[in-house]
Amino acid sequence: MSETQYKVPLMSEMAAKGEAPEVLFWVGCAGSFDDRYKSVTKAFVKILNRVGISFAVLGDEESCTGDPARRAGNEFLFQMQAMSNIQVLNEYQIKKIVTACPHCFNTIKNEYPDLGGHYEVIHHSTFLQQLINEGKVKLKGGGEFKGKKITYHDSCYLGRANNIYEAPREVLQALDAELVEMKRCRTKGLCCGAGGAQMFKDAEKGNKEINIERTEEALATGADVIAAACPFCMTMMSDGVKNQEKEDSVKVLDLAELIDKYQEES
Amino acid sequence: MNYLPQIFFLLVVGVAGYILYKRINRIKKNIQMGRPEEREGGSEGFKNMLLVAFGQKKMFKKIIPATFHLFLYVGFIVINLEVLEFVIDGVAGTHRIFAPFLGSIYLVAMNIFEILAFLVVLSCVIFLWRRHVMKLERFKSREMKGWPSLDADIILMVEIVLMAAIFTMNASDQVLQGQHPKYPEVGSFWISSLFVPLFEGISVGTLVVIERVAWWFHIVGILGFAIYVTYSKHLHIFMAFPNTYFAKLKPQGHMDNMDAVTTEVKAMLGTGGDEPPAEDPGVFGAKDINDLTWKNLMDAYSCTECGRCTAECPANLTGKQLSPRKIMMDTRDRMEAVGDSLEKGGKGLEDGKSLLGDYITPEEINACTTCNACVEACPVNINPLDIILQLRRYQAMEESNAPASWNSMFSNVETSFAPWKFPPTDRFKWADSINK
Repeated sequence: MSETQYKVPLMSEMAAKGEAPEVLFWVGCAGSFDDRYKSVTKAFVKILNRVGISFAVLGDEESCTGDPARRAGNEFLFQMQAMSNIQVLNEYQIKKIVTACPHCFNTIKNEYPDLGGHYEVIHHSTFLQQLINEGKVKLKGGGEFKGKKITYHDSCYLGRANNIYEAPREVLQALDAELVEMKRCRTKGLCCGAGGAQMFKDAEKGNKEINIERTEEALATGADVIAAACPFCMTMMSDGVKNQEKEDSVKVLDLAELIDKYQEES
Repeated sequence: MNYLPQIFFLLVVGVAGYILYKRINRIKKNIQMGRPEEREGGSEGFKNMLLVAFGQKKMFKKIIPATFHLFLYVGFIVINLEVLEFVIDGVAGTHRIFAPFLGSIYLVAMNIFEILAFLVVLSCVIFLWRRHVMKLERFKSREMKGWPSLDADIILMVEIVLMAAIFTMNASDQVLQGQHPKYPEVGSFWISSLFVPLFEGISVGTLVVIERVAWWFHIVGILGFAIYVTYSKHLHIFMAFPNTYFAKLKPQGHMDNMDAVTTEVKAMLGTGGDEPPAEDPGVFGAKDINDLTWKNLMDAYSCTECGRCTAECPANLTGKQLSPRKIMMDTRDRMEAVGDSLEKGGKGLEDGKSLLGDYITPEEINACTTCNACVEACPVNINPLDIILQLRRYQAMEESNAPASWNSMFSNVETSFAPWKFPPTDRFKWADSINK
């Protein structure tokens, strides 16, 4: 492993050489700044390297999609962000974008077209599922999850917002583990509590935190791993597991991290 | 021949028709208080209407209430076919005018009606049981106190009483068959024949009175109920159809773009070009019902307060004030209040009140995680989230009253291009450790 040198091509450098990547990896703010989620970004980049896909990232030229501003009511700020991002993407003539963040995914895919940004946008769960189905990602059998239970926490912005329920599950089924479902899953999946800009403020007064409610449900499945596919869900579920003092026995991991661990070197 | 009953019948139908006409116009006017918005509908909308409204698809996410609701729904549609005969009989002064034409089929049809009527009674009793004996939580939340709960009970009780009138009418009819020339011998009906012993030994004259009273009670009851429905949550029986037809077809995650903002932002960035400016919205976001779209208002009239949205809402489940059902009920209450006031020449929207503030509080809208669980749960495709987000826009852009942490997030996005305060130049630093 240590021999492998992973590359993270920058869009600006590729464009300078007159090259165009097959796909642009939109890292997102959490993927860039959040300590926990940076490892998801890195895991995904390693997968892309091993598969040998031509990709690039925007680096410093990337900027918040504007999703939290829009959901919190600040349409001006959202559109400022959206337009400057669209300008960057269009200048590089980007056609296809992959991202590990369902909020970025939803905004770029569904909302940027209203402002002149038209791209094929794909979430990394669907992307990974395709790579596995095409045989481009091969997984080693056995390993630490053999015979263990994994439960998948549906991200609202993948699920109800965009009808993506099966791709993340198919990715998990490729692992040598048992996929167990929570009582509320798929269309009835319970939110982690962070969507709609809740990530950036305290919850209103109530009798429970939403992430605790959801974590309890996840723990009730007896799963050893709670799989997430969203940076906000990752934070909320990790905090929930810590709150329940289960962080030693139950891991919260992103799909990319799980695949990265078991991908065969090619 | 005595034409008095026929004249009276026409009078009753006429008065009910007039009141209904006025009410439907009022509802239409109220919905038109909303701002214009393009809705696609089309073949996709029609498909939604067939599956979701006509086919009850989303109801069946909860199989038990869906089954009993289906009995009520089919009962309502099929039994209303019989009302056609009622109306013709009422106008022509005949009795069971279809019987001679349909022959033995008539008896089959009557038996089907009776079975459905029985299922309607059964379903109503079970629904009352669920509300008052099982005390299901979603029927007991704070917005259900008072009128909304009474409204539900009135609907269920009226349906039981209307069905009881059918059975009384049919049972007395069966005793009268062969005893009175006006009652054709159509035969014995499956359910009401069980009640025949109650009516035996009563004089023919009294039986005719009983049968007539039941007949009048049923038809006047139906007309009265139709008017009542326009004031009630029960309006969903009609609104479900247009509401599902016009429901959003884009992915649920999509938020509508504010074109007026686009014009301003483009002007600011100097990328506007020669595009004509979008229509001045007057106000950014929604403070009151006239800032919402007509579809938001139609949503409010389509809500039957079942509470499936609220039962799925993560904020509500964890004790927050937000209840998507309350958002819809408040929107409707405000709309009705403004409509009533305008009707009476009152101040209407200028009464010093507004939807945001007097009906819905900032605490409620701020608790929403935009998870779309309410939208997904609604059996008639109502979208409470769309209203919440428009109210948030008003709060943030017109009142500058977003929660303080959101204001910090806004300034982070503005200055650091991320919702957290990190130097933008650190954005690509994660890649430094990729090979470590």
